[in-house]
Amino acid sequence: MGDDPASATHPASPTELLSPDDPRLAPATHHPRRVAGIVAVFFVLSFAATVALATVYSLGGQTQIEGGLLGVALGALGAGMTTWGKYLVPKGPFVEPRDYEDRHDLPSKPEDREAVVGAFGRGASIFARRKLLGLLSLSGAAVGAVFVFPLRSLGPQPKGAMFHTAWKPGTRLVTAGGRPIQVQDIDIGGIVTVFPEGGENDPDIQQTAQTQLIRVAADPLATRQGPTSWSPSGYLAFSKVCTHAGCPVSLYEAETEQLLCPCHQSLFDVLQGAYPIFGPAPRPLPQLPIYADADGYLRARSDFLEPIGPGFWERGASDGSPYS
Amino acid sequence: MTTDTPMAPLGAAAGWMDDRVGLAHWTKKSLNKIFPDHWSFMIGEVALYSFIVVIITGIYLTFFFNPSLHHSIYHGPYKPLDGQSVSDAYASVVNISLYVRGGLVMRQMHHWSADIFIGAIVVHMCRIYFTGAFRRPRELNWVIGVLLLFLALINGYIGYSLPDDLISGTGVRIMFSVFLAIPVVGSYLAFFFFGGNFPGTTYDYRFYIIHVFLLPAIIVGLLVAHLALLWHQKHTQFPGRGATERNVVGTPVWPGFAFKTTGLLLMIFGITALLGGLAQINPIWLYGPYIPYKVTYLVQPDWYMAWLDGALRLMPRWEVNMPGHMIPTVFFPAVLMPGVAVPFLMSWPWLEAKFTKDNRRSHHLLDRPRDAPVRTAIGVGVLTFFSVLFLASATDELANFFVISLNVVLPVLRYTLVILPFITSFVAFRICKELAQVPKAGKRKRASIIERTPSGGYALRDSEVRPGDEPDEEEPVPVPAVSLNAMADGRPSGASLPAT
Repeated sequence: MGDDPASATHPASPTELLSPDDPRLAPATHHPRRVAGIVAVFFVLSFAATVALATVYSLGGQTQIEGGLLGVALGALGAGMTTWGKYLVPKGPFVEPRDYEDRHDLPSKPEDREAVVGAFGRGASIFARRKLLGLLSLSGAAVGAVFVFPLRSLGPQPKGAMFHTAWKPGTRLVTAGGRPIQVQDIDIGGIVTVFPEGGENDPDIQQTAQTQLIRVAADPLATRQGPTSWSPSGYLAFSKVCTHAGCPVSLYEAETEQLLCPCHQSLFDVLQGAYPIFGPAPRPLPQLPIYADADGYLRARSDFLEPIGPGFWERGASDGSPYS
Repeated sequence: MTTDTPMAPLGAAAGWMDDRVGLAHWTKKSLNKIFPDHWSFMIGEVALYSFIVVIITGIYLTFFFNPSLHHSIYHGPYKPLDGQSVSDAYASVVNISLYVRGGLVMRQMHHWSADIFIGAIVVHMCRIYFTGAFRRPRELNWVIGVLLLFLALINGYIGYSLPDDLISGTGVRIMFSVFLAIPVVGSYLAFFFFGGNFPGTTYDYRFYIIHVFLLPAIIVGLLVAHLALLWHQKHTQFPGRGATERNVVGTPVWPGFAFKTTGLLLMIFGITALLGGLAQINPIWLYGPYIPYKVTYLVQPDWYMAWLDGALRLMPRWEVNMPGHMIPTVFFPAVLMPGVAVPFLMSWPWLEAKFTKDNRRSHHLLDRPRDAPVRTAIGVGVLTFFSVLFLASATDELANFFVISLNVVLPVLRYTLVILPFITSFVAFRICKELAQVPKAGKRKRASIIERTPSGGYALRDSEVRPGDEPDEEEPVPVPAVSLNAMADGRPSGASLPAT
């Protein structure tokens, strides 16, 4: 320790006796009777609150009153104890040497350290058998690796699941309630969330295949993602899963024809093929190619042509993103 | 038991116990152990005690919660939900909240105390950092503390995700995307951890056992190590009033500290109960169940995850593309940043010792923040960085509140994030340097009173001494022992014996 000048002074000698009148044994307050009265009030208040709490609870309970009374019951008890401990006990200051058992510093004495080395020395023959030790390490590591195997059982491999959704050629577009959509169902400026028919109640299909169907015009139109044949009667269908972090892109402003993700405020321009024009989303929402059948029902031409949602390692570069 | 043992005044139980374990020496030492009096040492206690509240209320909640994502049509007593498809998890949390007597108080206390727990850890960590308490020989406890903060954050996020309500479900979806963003193994990790593609029906069981058993067990283990090291190494202390590198000055465990700290535990419990009863938090019955294609504007994480949410919002849309593979934009704010921040925090004691060439073996006396201007400046800069990220998680709220376009708020915050930490760092550095010039800065000074004398001159005199004006005149003494029989009216009247 010697390098520290502050360590020179040591506390008062332990053999010194304190006089009973020593100010360090006096309570911290000059008015112990008054403080004791305050502490008593705290304890009585706590007890009263506990009784009231028991009454309220037995009568059926009420959240605000229960919380309030429990707060007073515990808080007043604590305030009383803290006041007692702070003002009505010998105020000190007191000191203890920073000693560790038999020494003034944390590190053990040199002889104890040597003793530890010596104790391990008993096993010197173990360290001498290097080949055997090597075999032990190898087998131990192998057994350790065995415990990694079960991790594989925790779930399926991702494989195709990340690249496909439940949309198939010819699948009808249905609402959350299962109603198929016909061309005349939605006015221009209207929007509805659609699912592949039959999967509208399955949370896993809802998650990956959720699609925003927006009618932006009366006639087919081309976007930067798809030709006019993808948008019968001015209907555009885009994946509802944000390409940033996967939230549902659920807010649509008909006036500006923009989709907004409420999680991190990415903004997509619908007429541009849902290209991201603001915020952290890196890629457009994939467009679902759709057509109207002979009866006017909207159907998917195919699945999305690229993986939906946020990026992942195996995804590869996106086609045509202005930012890639 | 014999009544003639010297322990008799404490009751027969003390003698009975010591006959069997023989811990009188250890007990005496523990009762005499000194705790420093400075208020800032209380913050760690706040963290510890709010963790106790978390555990107690959490155990109660497990008696009612059902971590199943199995859906069924709700026909329970909560009419607004009637006929909707909800998971067992969501239905059980609605039940705890609205139909278990005292359940909502318990649930809200659990949530509040978790928020307070993590808040107290952060403030406690600032205290340790800015006063240099992490320096040798306490580096290990600093590392354990950083680990505790990190695990508490994760467990908070997972607990928040359990009820399967609309907001937390969206949060879990974002968590899945963060897993996906990990290069090379991301999609495998995501599928293994969630038991398949999101949402599936598996993850809530796993989250539950991680939340109530795995992580709490690790946290308790680290906490025990944290406290054992603290107890063994003894506290740091601020210089002054007889405090040196070789002693500890303050209040002994018995009776002063024991009463004060038990009182603190009860008051924290009480404040949490007041919050749990009077301050609504996470009313999931109003949010509705999680449905993958629905979302609400209310989507906000708990406060302690806001820095990550803010980072997700501020991150520019950079993706790294290569043939057949990509690194998604989410990787940078949500994987890389925490992946750098946590090891950086952990290694701070060694970094600082290296750059300041500090090779002293022990640092039991604390710095005031102004005594170490560079450390203080760096700390202020880092805090500013995270505060801006915190603010950025409310970009939409800020835009609405100040009636500014989001298109302005976002770029302004992006620049602020990069520039402001340097400015606040510099200001903090200058303040430290200025303060160091002022003798007795921060100490209250006795007022000087100027009086006019009858002859027309002026005389100067000091005001009367008030508590806190001057340090205690008394030198600190070793904790005395006092015969129990000699205690009267809170003041020992008999002979007092010194501690040895």
